[in-house]
Amino acid sequence: MIFLELFWTFFKIGLFTFGGGYAMLPLIRSEVSAHNWISSDDIINFIAVSESTPGPFAINIATFIGFTTAGIPGAVCATAGVVIPSFVIILIVAGFYEKFNKSRIVKGAMTGLRPAVIGLIAAALVSLGIEVFFPAEGGSLSHTLISVAVFAVMSFLAFKKKNPILIIVLSAVAGIITGCIPGL
Amino acid sequence: MDSKKKDLFITFAKIGLFTFGGGYAMIPLIQKEVVDNKKWVSDKDILDVVAIAESTPGPIAVNAATFIGKKVAGPAGALMATIGVVLPSFVIIVAISFVLETFQHLRIVQYAFRGIRAGVLALILKALFTLLKQCKKDVFSIALMSLTFAASVFLDINAIILIICCGVMGIIVTSYRRGREKNDIS
Repeated sequence: MIFLELFWTFFKIGLFTFGGGYAMLPLIRSEVSAHNWISSDDIINFIAVSESTPGPFAINIATFIGFTTAGIPGAVCATAGVVIPSFVIILIVAGFYEKFNKSRIVKGAMTGLRPAVIGLIAAALVSLGIEVFFPAEGGSLSHTLISVAVFAVMSFLAFKKKNPILIIVLSAVAGIITGCIPGL
Repeated sequence: MDSKKKDLFITFAKIGLFTFGGGYAMIPLIQKEVVDNKKWVSDKDILDVVAIAESTPGPIAVNAATFIGKKVAGPAGALMATIGVVLPSFVIIVAISFVLETFQHLRIVQYAFRGIRAGVLALILKALFTLLKQCKKDVFSIALMSLTFAASVFLDINAIILIICCGVMGIIVTSYRRGREKNDIS
């Protein structure tokens, strides 16, 4: 049953994402790709949408995948799934949060989790990069060159701390211009 | 519904509606609304909220909303704050999904997304470096970074399994280090 599956998948993602934001990306990839709900291309496209709309990435992507897979009820199930683990855990922890913040086990776990999240995001970046630069469908030398060039320029702007929305708009413009040049 | 719960809902809906980028981008806004305007929590408490939100799983925004809601008006308050922070995203994304479905087959939209996909990689790269800068760089964490990276890219091991392993390893290594420090002192 699709609704239960959406709920359960996003429940797992919510339960094992530490740090929020892009930390969720590797889990989305390994859990969602297994179901073939949406393609990697769609995930990347959606990151752009999520960066340019308000709200937490986690909620945005859960709603989006839920909606495209099974309409509004699907969106409700996926979003509830990603929120409920946080909600329940915080309700429990709120009772003794001072102890929790000082807990050696929590601190110990975090010293392992922080580097793990970095390794996982780096891994997600590499596999997404391969798919973006060398797509299985419609790939060509000019596609690879254009993508690498856009990536290089936008990385430069991102490290100059330019607004992510500006970067997305400029990337879109670059995509449209190069797409309209015949022969490219 | 009493006014405090309504207030929680409205405040967090506002926070959800006006934060772009989510997560850490949300913290200054939460601080302004919840500490300065509403005075629901103190300056010192908000640091605790951030610490908890970071070291419990799930989106930081949801964690913070639930915690502050609970503190202000119990579990029902937590529910109202959480629904508040989620609802704007939910409605906006459903609307955008409709639009995307209608227009995504257009050639110009496909061209735009070809550029955007490369741009998004740049944003992820930037986020990765920011995290890397904040993370302690001792032998243990660099080893874990490399191992999770390799296990994920080359062996395709599930991210959840890797996260559980690294959390457990963190607990073991820090308690081992603590034991050794104690021995050194005595």
